[in-house]
Amino acid sequence: MDDGRRTFLKSGGGVTLLTLLAAAGWLDAEEALAQPWNKTAFDTHSLGDTLHALGGGEPAQSKDIEFIQTPEIAENGAVVPVGVASKLPKTESIAILIEKNPNMLAAVFDVPAGTEPMISTRVKMAQTSNIYALVKADGRYYVAAKEVKVTLGGCGG
Amino acid sequence: MGEPMKIRATLTGDTTEVKVLMNHEMETGQRKDAQGQTIPAWFIQTIGVTWNGKSVLSAQWGPAVAKNPFLSFRFKGGAKGDKIIVRWVDSRGDQRTDEAVIA
Amino acid sequence: MKPSTLLAALAGIVVASLVWAQASTTDEIAKYRAALQDGNPAELWEARGEDLWKQKRGPKQASLERCDLGRGAGVVKGAYAELPRYFAGADRVMDLETRLVWCMVQLQGFNEAEAKKTPFGSGSDRKSDLEALTAYVTSESRGVKMNVALTHPKELEAYRVGEKLFYYRGGTHDFACATCHGEDGKRIRLQDLPNLMTAEGAQKAYTSWPAYRVSQGELRTFEWRLYDCFRQQRFPELIFGSDGAIALTMYLARNANGGVYDAPAIKR
Repeated sequence: MDDGRRTFLKSGGGVTLLTLLAAAGWLDAEEALAQPWNKTAFDTHSLGDTLHALGGGEPAQSKDIEFIQTPEIAENGAVVPVGVASKLPKTESIAILIEKNPNMLAAVFDVPAGTEPMISTRVKMAQTSNIYALVKADGRYYVAAKEVKVTLGGCGG
Repeated sequence: MGEPMKIRATLTGDTTEVKVLMNHEMETGQRKDAQGQTIPAWFIQTIGVTWNGKSVLSAQWGPAVAKNPFLSFRFKGGAKGDKIIVRWVDSRGDQRTDEAVIA
Repeated sequence: MKPSTLLAALAGIVVASLVWAQASTTDEIAKYRAALQDGNPAELWEARGEDLWKQKRGPKQASLERCDLGRGAGVVKGAYAELPRYFAGADRVMDLETRLVWCMVQLQGFNEAEAKKTPFGSGSDRKSDLEALTAYVTSESRGVKMNVALTHPKELEAYRVGEKLFYYRGGTHDFACATCHGEDGKRIRLQDLPNLMTAEGAQKAYTSWPAYRVSQGELRTFEWRLYDCFRQQRFPELIFGSDGAIALTMYLARNANGGVYDAPAIKR
């Protein structure tokens, strides 16, 4: 068994090692897309478990991770706008986790060199919960949190 | 072959902004139908966006991404007329590729 | 400080903080709605609707490009802002959806029941062609001022019937449309109810349908909105494309005249 494969297996799946390669421009989009979907990471119920599945350690709280265009109250949990901007140098990936969802990890975005470390998307929230923005920068993990309230609207609109 | 998506790519100065609206149910696998049967999970799992063949974003999603997903990001570079290609693969193995030019 | 003054001061603080809490809740919800504007899934319906409009379909293998929505055969731009209206060929006042069904029958050879089969879609397995077509046609009136005419006697009649229906109390809750929509400042939980009796309220409400409803993940039309209001009022089912639905639409659309049409929109 060669060293490269052992490293791949140790890192717990496609997202981490191949992400580094992709960020270094060694992979083209086809290969990046061919990475197996990290099932373990999307099956976790805690920040710690998710990080373990992504191949990382304890994240440091960071004020350099901002939530943008993320309202504090979502009229409907089916569609909650979430935006994350990272000011951390050498940001490689941005992940969005929703604490009280059946599975915490909603999405992971790999940011190649040249792409701004800023993502806007929409997620589903089962209930009022903390949203964690998990950023991998220069090989280390950082996190910021924001509470978003989910309400039930009335019957119009 | 999945449903077509809408891609908008606009150049401002030296930065291209890409906005994508995908057409997908993003079924969580948590819902039940009228007969009480669980509706199986069905969602986009991997996404890749390229600009003139170079990867500008890749992502992995779970079913917590909202139905008819919206995505917006920016990268340095791009010129009017350059091609942006977005491709996704879902949990059923279905995939969709669409392209747009930078305006 | 006298106890009564202290109590009054405390009461004032409590009231003030409740008002502040309510104001900031409204602000945050406004932020939520604003954040949704960027990237409206309704565009996916608009694109599918445009394809359906141009595609040769049905027994006659014809497209809808000769359909007359009131501004001439095939003229889609600005048509929705003038609907509902009287159509001589059908000798009837029609809203957009009934007119689309008419064209599908006349031009494409579908039978009416087939054309009306799925007025409201559900997921990717039960799509509604009418919702997609409505999204496309209405998108072509974006930016146009509502301009519904009341020239033909049947248009006038539809308006009057619609007005009667608006005030008609019934159902288990003795509700009328006016019960929820006849006064300023009403709301259901956190949803502000537009006062459809004022020009401003009527314009704002009518010009934002159809809309992608986030809570359903579907694009819903004005016929749907009326159907759902009837359901919520515990009224009998409002039949799709019925004279009643058209009359109510006529009343509300005409009252929105002058408002700038800005749909398909996105709502919770």
